[in-house]
Amino acid sequence: MEKKYRFLNHTADAKFQAFGRTLEEAFSNAALATASLMWDVGAVARMVKRRVCVEGRDLEQLLLHFLEEVIYAFETQSFLLASVEEIKIKAVKGGGFWLRAVFVGDNEPSKHRLHGEVKAVTYNEMKIEQADSVTVQVVVDM
Amino acid sequence: MEIRQISEFVWEIPKCGDMRVPAVLYASAKLLESVKRDMTLQQARNVACLPGIERMSYVMPDAHQGYGFPIGGVAAFDMDRGIISPGGVGYDINCGVRLLRTDYTEKDVAARRKELLAEIFKEVPAGVGKGGITKLSRSVLKEILTKGAEWAVENGYGTREDLLMTEEGGRMKDADPSHISARALERGIPQLGTLGAGNHFLEIQKVAHIYDEAIAKVFGIDAEGQILVMIHCGSRGLGHQVASDYIEKMENVFGIKGLPDRELINAPIRSPLGEQYYKSMCAAVNYAFTNRQMIAHWVRDVFAKVMGSSKGLRQVYDVCHNVAKVEKHVINGKEREVCVHRKGATRSFGPGRPEIPEVYRAYGQPVIIPGSMGTASYLLVGTREAEDLSFSSTAHGAGRVMSRHEALRRFRGEQIRDELEKKGIELQSTSWKGVAEEASAAYKDVDEVVRVSHEVGIGRLVARVVPVGVMKG
Repeated sequence: MEKKYRFLNHTADAKFQAFGRTLEEAFSNAALATASLMWDVGAVARMVKRRVCVEGRDLEQLLLHFLEEVIYAFETQSFLLASVEEIKIKAVKGGGFWLRAVFVGDNEPSKHRLHGEVKAVTYNEMKIEQADSVTVQVVVDM
Repeated sequence: MEIRQISEFVWEIPKCGDMRVPAVLYASAKLLESVKRDMTLQQARNVACLPGIERMSYVMPDAHQGYGFPIGGVAAFDMDRGIISPGGVGYDINCGVRLLRTDYTEKDVAARRKELLAEIFKEVPAGVGKGGITKLSRSVLKEILTKGAEWAVENGYGTREDLLMTEEGGRMKDADPSHISARALERGIPQLGTLGAGNHFLEIQKVAHIYDEAIAKVFGIDAEGQILVMIHCGSRGLGHQVASDYIEKMENVFGIKGLPDRELINAPIRSPLGEQYYKSMCAAVNYAFTNRQMIAHWVRDVFAKVMGSSKGLRQVYDVCHNVAKVEKHVINGKEREVCVHRKGATRSFGPGRPEIPEVYRAYGQPVIIPGSMGTASYLLVGTREAEDLSFSSTAHGAGRVMSRHEALRRFRGEQIRDELEKKGIELQSTSWKGVAEEASAAYKDVDEVVRVSHEVGIGRLVARVVPVGVMKG
């Protein structure tokens, strides 16, 4: 399987690129990259499902809001993301986008060794490139 | 980019393009090299373009790239024509440092060092995903956001004397939680009284060198070998959410067209949104003061239990590193109120400022500069010159030079623990990976940073301290 995401050098924080054949796949992989900064995504059981629904005035804001959901679900519900399912992105008439998805994971952080904390998702150096495939680039504040 | 050397440690980027004022960097030639490697100076230029900026866009010796403003960026804005920017404060609002002094010496704690650190690790909720105190109600949280550390003292965490020894008395009076989102409150509830991860830490330290004995004495630092405790943390998820929320609100109202950087978004200070952000930021500042107040209380509990007494554990001071404040400064010979943004910078008021505690007023405020994990930290004193040189600001720490990713590739947490142990430094952490990311080699040389501060005169050396025990979230 092709690489889902890769980390790039950034002095203070974490910068990554996530890849996909579609916008949906690249966004999902960006959520996994964000989660991987905090826990071992592969080790999280698929016990709990959470519906996620976000909007954005543009794709950048949509991505920012979507990734913020990973942090929010973790900090407020102790939810650890393992995978993203049923993701759908749609353009809204009159401008903007919405995204719906299901987060699958576990809400037992005590079972896992957490190794970092993402404070916020930023617009810094954010890029969304759509050609034959999609690459998104994000810097998160650690 | 043109960089003019003005003197050994002062570099200027002259006004060009849309810059309303020049930018100035305080650094040694060595620090300048690392600053040049990222976007720091470009970001300082962007700040210089903002409406109402006064004098200069300042860059402190430990600066590195941030979002919108550089980390280590200081800028003051006219109250009527100027702006306020969440990117000029940072995501971790009132990330800051508290320093406690003790009557104990290195010898006193030598045999109980391990136990002390283990107990602190047990008492202070540390890392990520670990809840704080028993579940808070929303109304209590709002009280905390309004009252800050005063709430903590009223509820049995620490003393009124601690409040006197905290910037703003531990409470920013303009705080108003009514403009804080439900989401920010939700993030704040489980995390009150937690240290957090990343570069946040709690250290048991010893005084390694005293540069200025007279001022050290005033600050409660009596001799080399004296044990101190340093707490470095911020406003946690609540502060991060306030920053994100207001970046978005300002975007919705003012748009992002023409902004060189989306996080440079701002609002006029006197606009409804500018005022709402300021009041919300003040509330997040109060949350962070409360956090450090509670953690300091637990540290005292541990000293009482392990060492027999916590009587001598007095607070030297508590400083903010990420904040915007309304302060009086003299500009073109006239005293005026301005909104000073300090993003990764410490206030360094000199003698005479009414804002600093009475016992320190003849000398200047204590400036606490933490190093990276396991390296030296410094106690400095604010100066009068700093008012003219940097709107009374100096550095806030070491500043990263290596990415976390690169640090992970190069170091292993266990190996770092062993190396620290050889140096006589105990380490407790929830995550070896986190330890590797914070390896001191990933940071600038803090000794060099404070030397520049001292030589330029924006904060003068008082004492150098080194850790004997480190707790990392």
